[in-house]
Amino acid sequence: MVRWHLKMTDIEVTIDEMLTPYPETVKKNRKKHLIIKDEAATCCPQIEANTRTIPGIISQRGCAYAGCKGVVVGPIKDMVTITHGPVGCGYYSWGTRRNKARADDTTPKDKIYSQLCFTTDMQEPDIVFGGEKKLARMIDEIVETFHPRAINICATCPVGLIGDDIGAVAKAAEERYGIQVLAYNCEGYKGVSQSAGHHIANNNVMEKIVGTGNERKPGKHVINILGEYNIGGDGWELERIIKEIGYTVNCVLTGDSSYLDIKNLHLADLNLVQCHRSINYIAEMMETKYGTPWLKVNFIGIESTNNSLRQIARCFDDEELARKTEEVIARETARIGPVLDQYRKILQGRTAFAIVGGSRSHHYQYLLHDLGMEMIIAGYEFAHRDDYEGRQVIPTIKTDADSKNIPELHLVADQKMFQEAHVHLNMSKEKFEELKTKVPFNYYEGIYPNMKSGQVIIDDANHHEVEVLIQTVKPDLFLSGVRDKYIVHKMGVASKQLHAYDYSGPYAGYNGAINFARDVVNALTTPAWKLITPPWEKEPEIRSEFNA
Amino acid sequence: MLECVPEGASGHTTGKINPAKTCQPIGAMYAALGIHGCLPHSHGSQGCCAYHRMHLTRHFRDPVLASSSSFTEGTSVFGGAANLKTSIKNVFQIYNPEIMAVHTTCLSETIGDDIPNILKQAEIPEGKIVIHVNTPSYQGSHITGFSGMVKAMVSYLAQSDGGEKKDQLNVIPGFVNPGDMREIHRIVSELGVKLIMFPDTSDVLDSPLTSKYEMYPEGGATIAEIRDSANSSATIALGAFASNDAADLLQEKFGVTGIPLKLPIGLKATDDFLMAIKDWFGVTVPKSLAVERGQVIDTLIDTHFHYQGKTVAIFGDPDHVIALTEFALTMGMVPKYILTGTPGKQFDVEIQKLLKDARIEGSKVKAEGDLFELHQWIKEEKVDLIIGTTYGKYIARAEDIPLVRVGFPVIDRAVHPLMPVVGYRGCLRLIEQISNALLERRDRDCLDEDYELIL
Repeated sequence: MVRWHLKMTDIEVTIDEMLTPYPETVKKNRKKHLIIKDEAATCCPQIEANTRTIPGIISQRGCAYAGCKGVVVGPIKDMVTITHGPVGCGYYSWGTRRNKARADDTTPKDKIYSQLCFTTDMQEPDIVFGGEKKLARMIDEIVETFHPRAINICATCPVGLIGDDIGAVAKAAEERYGIQVLAYNCEGYKGVSQSAGHHIANNNVMEKIVGTGNERKPGKHVINILGEYNIGGDGWELERIIKEIGYTVNCVLTGDSSYLDIKNLHLADLNLVQCHRSINYIAEMMETKYGTPWLKVNFIGIESTNNSLRQIARCFDDEELARKTEEVIARETARIGPVLDQYRKILQGRTAFAIVGGSRSHHYQYLLHDLGMEMIIAGYEFAHRDDYEGRQVIPTIKTDADSKNIPELHLVADQKMFQEAHVHLNMSKEKFEELKTKVPFNYYEGIYPNMKSGQVIIDDANHHEVEVLIQTVKPDLFLSGVRDKYIVHKMGVASKQLHAYDYSGPYAGYNGAINFARDVVNALTTPAWKLITPPWEKEPEIRSEFNA
Repeated sequence: MLECVPEGASGHTTGKINPAKTCQPIGAMYAALGIHGCLPHSHGSQGCCAYHRMHLTRHFRDPVLASSSSFTEGTSVFGGAANLKTSIKNVFQIYNPEIMAVHTTCLSETIGDDIPNILKQAEIPEGKIVIHVNTPSYQGSHITGFSGMVKAMVSYLAQSDGGEKKDQLNVIPGFVNPGDMREIHRIVSELGVKLIMFPDTSDVLDSPLTSKYEMYPEGGATIAEIRDSANSSATIALGAFASNDAADLLQEKFGVTGIPLKLPIGLKATDDFLMAIKDWFGVTVPKSLAVERGQVIDTLIDTHFHYQGKTVAIFGDPDHVIALTEFALTMGMVPKYILTGTPGKQFDVEIQKLLKDARIEGSKVKAEGDLFELHQWIKEEKVDLIIGTTYGKYIARAEDIPLVRVGFPVIDRAVHPLMPVVGYRGCLRLIEQISNALLERRDRDCLDEDYELIL
């Protein structure tokens, strides 16, 4: 099998050249965000992450509002989410993340609001005299018009600056209407990226919604899937597989989720964590407050889906579950195997970069591997050190001026509802202790262990770096967001959007693997790649060969 | 689809539900991309820049580069001067543009950053230029931001050489696609008049794929051209909302006669555009353009029964909507609902005049409206067709009405940024799109026995 490895020296030279045009301070800063994997090293070298982007650098990063409204709370289908601010923020986060939602047993079609955009559209007088009254008035009109079950208010930059007390507006509205109104102080300048917004959203959802319901869904093994946003229908593919095995899916947070389901989030036996970066706070806080154990899973890729399913089954002492798990794995793997084999013939030995998000680059390494491909450069837009190095580094991460402004909730065990992990999983303490040696509960190892010597990890990569790396290392495929996609195409390299999947999907689970493989094959083999050079510019000998 | 939207009038008047506009900075960013060798710069937190780049990229499916001052909470408290100065230093050293075009955001506006003062203190490399515009997101819309940046091009760059006015024309094309700008170039060059057009995103946002990536593509109005706009004999401002301010400034500051026109979308507006150039420069309209016009007339006569008398809702940016309404009337259609998200009384005045001249009564017209309201109007009384941006697709599906996509943004269909809707060729494209949408609907809905080979 052909495996593509960068020579240590080559890549070092490339990176050195890449850093050369930088001013000294920028160079010093950016060096710390880069690691070349060395398998001989005993542990992961420290990478700088979740620190400020240098002004003027063309970064991929967004803001706290994007992380809070755009990622975490926007997809909750039966809540009206009001963006309090000038029109842009609400507008750009309207329908652009492809979080699919549909009616279900408890949420009829007329209670779904996630395809609408609500913004207070603040005007200059609101900035000068305050926007609280306008916000309150809009809530009144929304309640009167839509009768939603609950409302979110997401703040944008000017709201914090002018001192609008959205918490007070929310509280007053709760008293007026008897429904929950949540205020998120996710102003865009908070933190250093979307990541701050994830945390702010997690805090509020955990503190205000989780635990307020008391309806446990029927079923022997009830689980939550946290950090799955149902982009392109990923969550639905996971539900298909997981339900068939015999689990009850209590809630997918927040893809196709409902406020009603989130209220009951604590009534599950186990939390699965798909996107660690955006939702690990809730997983951790639920462990503290309710004792619910969590398990990092990855449903991107066949082997990783199979491994995740086996890990989940191990958490419950249930032979039938284990049997059914193997049955589904065997059937699904056999079903898609021949299709993937065809795609693998085309993709074998090809290389990719993935510079995206805060978890996806790691997840897609497994799917690429299934397809015979190798991710030689991997990076995140807004990850923290633990996403690279593993959660064991969390206690050593220093709080800086930007992160200390994001409140940390210090929860304690709930006197009534806390149960120890083994009780959640319905097994003896001894059995659970033994299980813990096999199943890494409440842990994430980060991307580093899965990478190979000479491969590169890059944090908060910017336009200059992407340009140099693509032109020097020349991967076959670039996985990133829409802002990079067409830049990369202009360089003659195929590119797929890993946030929006180029409007395809699902990419998770078994069916997702096929979709992804098909889309990547199409991206690499679309006939136009071979037609870039016009015939009149071709060398005469090549031309004659062509004619022959 | 949209089952939550109630039947009948609602009490919604506050804020926007499903806005039909967005904020100023994205318009400023788009305009700046129409200067050759320019890197737009967003002075605010990086989320704004990320969103604007994302949205423009989705519409054009081409690279959109821009930098940000990357504000943090500390910057918001202490002011953005240091971040802007650092940005300027880094941008010129790393990305090396000819010119940086700074626009503000609601963040830097609210804290009151004094951009001209900061620029005075910044280290701008010899021979490089930084211009700026204030684009508070809480005023106007993306069209206001576009207009502001074009005006800033004039105020920073235009320079009279003191001599007589040159026999050349400035065109400010408005917030239109690169394909439209390319078409305006072609029309003016057919008329044999020397043209300075700014901004000009042709060959920037419709650039070819050659495997050789250029951060600053070939296109864009050059700084020298924009400088020389002060010496032109006239400026045609296409679309009052997007283009008049810059033309007014050229007139006021340099005595360049401003000629305000509609966007040349539709037959009459294109006629007006040609006539203005003909009259001003005394040129003859060449046969090639006369043939194109004749083809439009021929098509209108030949196909009128596909669309005449049909009711239509038109929404989008004001300059587009005004011109599209005029063309819908030329086509014999009945514009029933006409809405823009951008504020401005002039919108109502212009549309009412068009409707009155066409003797159409009972239409609803609104500036600074939203699509929730448009949806409610449509629920009250349906129309046969919607013309607007991609955001109309939810209403189109909910109410089962065909949608013709025109304007910004169109983010669910490709190729449109390269295909002009301006000029006579643009008329043909619009007639084709509108006819096809209605005919597809007829084919879809009719009984088998009514399904016909020829239409």
